[in-house]
Amino acid sequence: MKTTGQVTGVTSNLVTIKVDGPVSQNEICYITVGGSRLMAEVIKVNGDKASAQVFESTRGLKMGSPVEFEGHMLEVTLGPGILSKIYDGLQNNLASLDSLFLERGVYNDPLDYNSSWEFTPIAKVGDTVEAASWLGAVPEKFIEHKIMVPFSFKGTYKVKSIVDKGTYKITDTVAVLTDEEGHDHEVSMIQKWPVKEAVTAYRDKPRPSRVMSTGLRAIDTFNPIAEGGTGFIPGPFGAGKTVLQHAISRQADADVILVVACGERANEVVEIFVEFPELDDPHTGHKLIERTTIICNTSNMPVAAREASVYTGMAIGEYYRSMGLKVLILADSTSRWAQALREMSNRLEELPGPDAFPMDLSAIISNFYSRAGLVNLVGGGTGSVTFIGTVSPAGGNLKEPVTESTKKAARCFYALSQQRADSKRYPAIDPLDSYSKYLEYPEIEEYLEANFEKGWTAKVKTAKTIVQRGKEAYEQINILGDDGVPVNYHDRYWKSELIDFCFLQQDSFDQIDANCSLERQRYMFALLMDICAENFAHKDFEDCSVFYKELINLIRQMNYSQFDSPQFKEYDAKVRKAVADRPKEA
Amino acid sequence: METQGFQKIYTKIKDITKATVTVNASDVGNDELASVGGRPAQVVRINGTEVTLQVFAGTEGISTDSEVIFYGEPPKLKVGDGLAGNIFDAFGRPLYGNVDFDGEEREIGGPTVNPYKRKQPSEFIPTGIAGIDLNNALVSGQKIPFFADPDQPYNQVMAMVALRAKADKIILGGMGLTNDDFLYFKNVFDNAGALDRIVFFVNTTENPPVERLLVPDMALTAAEYFAVDKGEKVLVLLTDMTLYADALAIVSNRMDQIPSKDSMPGSLYSDLSKIYEKAVQLPNGGSITIIAVTTLNGGDITHAVPDNTGYITEGQLFLRNDSDTGKVIVDPFRSLSRLKQLVIGKKTREDHPQVMNAAVRLYADAAGAKTKLENGFDLSDYDQRALKFAHDYSEELLSIDVNIDVNKMLDIAWQLFAKYFTQSEVAIKADLVEKYWPKAQ
Repeated sequence: MKTTGQVTGVTSNLVTIKVDGPVSQNEICYITVGGSRLMAEVIKVNGDKASAQVFESTRGLKMGSPVEFEGHMLEVTLGPGILSKIYDGLQNNLASLDSLFLERGVYNDPLDYNSSWEFTPIAKVGDTVEAASWLGAVPEKFIEHKIMVPFSFKGTYKVKSIVDKGTYKITDTVAVLTDEEGHDHEVSMIQKWPVKEAVTAYRDKPRPSRVMSTGLRAIDTFNPIAEGGTGFIPGPFGAGKTVLQHAISRQADADVILVVACGERANEVVEIFVEFPELDDPHTGHKLIERTTIICNTSNMPVAAREASVYTGMAIGEYYRSMGLKVLILADSTSRWAQALREMSNRLEELPGPDAFPMDLSAIISNFYSRAGLVNLVGGGTGSVTFIGTVSPAGGNLKEPVTESTKKAARCFYALSQQRADSKRYPAIDPLDSYSKYLEYPEIEEYLEANFEKGWTAKVKTAKTIVQRGKEAYEQINILGDDGVPVNYHDRYWKSELIDFCFLQQDSFDQIDANCSLERQRYMFALLMDICAENFAHKDFEDCSVFYKELINLIRQMNYSQFDSPQFKEYDAKVRKAVADRPKEA
Repeated sequence: METQGFQKIYTKIKDITKATVTVNASDVGNDELASVGGRPAQVVRINGTEVTLQVFAGTEGISTDSEVIFYGEPPKLKVGDGLAGNIFDAFGRPLYGNVDFDGEEREIGGPTVNPYKRKQPSEFIPTGIAGIDLNNALVSGQKIPFFADPDQPYNQVMAMVALRAKADKIILGGMGLTNDDFLYFKNVFDNAGALDRIVFFVNTTENPPVERLLVPDMALTAAEYFAVDKGEKVLVLLTDMTLYADALAIVSNRMDQIPSKDSMPGSLYSDLSKIYEKAVQLPNGGSITIIAVTTLNGGDITHAVPDNTGYITEGQLFLRNDSDTGKVIVDPFRSLSRLKQLVIGKKTREDHPQVMNAAVRLYADAAGAKTKLENGFDLSDYDQRALKFAHDYSEELLSIDVNIDVNKMLDIAWQLFAKYFTQSEVAIKADLVEKYWPKAQ
């Protein structure tokens, strides 16, 4: 029998409930008010009083409003048909809601329960299986969606029966499994999973060993993110966080992309679902929307569901990872989620941590980031969840709790600089403050040596040094004046500008420049590093700047041309000639 | 808010603070309206039978036996076509005389539009001000604030924008508006003969500050009526959102909430976005565009109010006094309209994006030259020309007293390019130069 209760107190979206039976932490309950049932989650229990955060407006809630507890935590529904959907934070299918406004208490099915799928069995009768073992597959968009033993199944099972190849409804039983005690369990194409628990149905989680390309030079070459890695992008407003995330979501080399719009502008989500059905995935040629699922809890949607949205995204990501796919989750922005935690912590009258955020903020964030990763699957093969979150630091100040907590958890740090954004140097990723821990991984170094060229990481380090020295030279020039420093200071400065303008900057609105393949990055990087290794002789500082400006212009034309096209080669030749013709120091 | 038959009356107030009272009552809903000693109040917390009410006008003189009457419903606004042309207070009560029209009562602060039902904003809103139309074009369904210091003429600019924007309805939410500014708005709209398509919701500095909290929701409920029910293009003006945030801080302080940055409540971001996200382009052709004012303290945009606003809105417009021309201009560097690329060069002339970028780049060169000059370095010929260009650009285009259409703005920009620069210095795509570069007379 379900536990029930009555509302005894309301403060904004925090409700206290007197319960008549057992209730568990994070259990879901429904509060009835004026004919609607509002979903809420228990966040604290004190004797027979439970505190719950309501995922909707609590307007009109009264003392004595009846509450029903569901006996489970917040769950996602997993099965074929998730791709291309637009969900809210609680996995309601926004496209199939009729009314213009999101009426409170209206929930719908995340999957189409009437849909049928072409099922091909993988497991055979008599096979021993466990949670996440593949039983069969159905085609979903262009991927092979595996129907697995539900993650919640513990121990091993024998396949008692499995249906033949054919078309089945999503709710039909496709297999019967017998557990160790001889009980039978029916399995359909649908399973449920509590979002706040990590899916651990995999063999093990090795260190990431491959680079995931994003088509962005400042990331892939300078600070690459690993397949199964974590990264975050902090930046003040107007620094281009969202443009950068959208660029990654369009170009990244992943099978499935989950875009979690957490507490951000609704029009940005509109942009994705208007444009993605039109744009091609550069890796497969299919439409981008076919590999994308949007989970949106925009800033005006209920605050408590913001937290739910990032977990819903992660749980769906883990599900697709178990099918052996490369999943990328982009969350914009995790600061809004942290703020939602702060609002609740405040209403619970907990003692505040820094900037009134809850004390365990940092633990919550690292726990969440740790769910990403490359895994060896139970049936062999690998799958990965790569996670990139944006952070919106208050006042653009990176010394604030959310940025600092995330820095402890994420392995890549892409700092967007206001200064770069102001001078329109996009993407505004600061080349000196940003870092990727993966560059230090021997596995990744090996991968880069094998796939790019020998000594690649050393070369990247050299490039970073050039940028660093250029910045120092620039400061000297500013203090002492153009004439006040030796010409080689100018040369140093211009070499760093060369790397900045021709490599770090990238035009995300230009069709060709927006997406730079790894092969092309390798080629361009080698060209630039060869130029930087030259010891040019300049007459004076003006002569120096004219030479480099011309070089920059030519190389940028290369960036705007199709790789290896005649036009590209023509500019390439011009660049090499200009470099060869330039007098060198002895 | 008349007393009705079935309402319960309580006369035993337990606690009184500066802004709230607590009373033992039953069957009371969250957010419900009430009156405390004849003053409007709203339920903000229920704890068992203890109900805490926020008294908008403050609790001065409220006694423990004052009458508390619950109305059994949240704040509502009567909406109908008759709203237009009228002036209301923060509770939606007409300010002058009796306003009678057919309509229905609607709860304010209603649910949000399903993001999936939104349309991508795509309609250009011309304002005649080149600093806006040329560099930071506004789009219907956009939300954008003016970031301005208190001494700048933001209310005047906003009134000008409102009148030129060709909106079907203009809804003005005034929060902490001085009586003088309120009368200014009234006169300007009256003189322009636009009063009949304007709805005012006003909280002036003479009214209690906490009442302000109702103003944006009132204004936006009216806006939703015209945009959703009538398919009209509605422009909502909110001035001044910083004062709104101050009122939020007062209430959260009185409710013993732990303040976060700059003494603002931790929920500031959510509170502001609930308002701004009402801006929408609807599938029926109606739209709500929000232009707001956020006053700054000495241009500081890292303060919690402008900072949170910047993360929510689709850009911001900066006003600045230009010392070269003595005029107030829309700052081309710090202003930004995030939606402009949806319309410029598409709904406006093809050369718009390139001309805009070139002019701002050249203006930036002038700023560099100015720094050089101030530091005592010599100016090159190019620097000299850039400075002259900047002066003309500022006077003929950026200044807020300019009122021309966007084609004329583009023509002026081309003339200035030709007057001071060579074609290669301007560096615009060759085919556009061919077409638009002024021919020598």
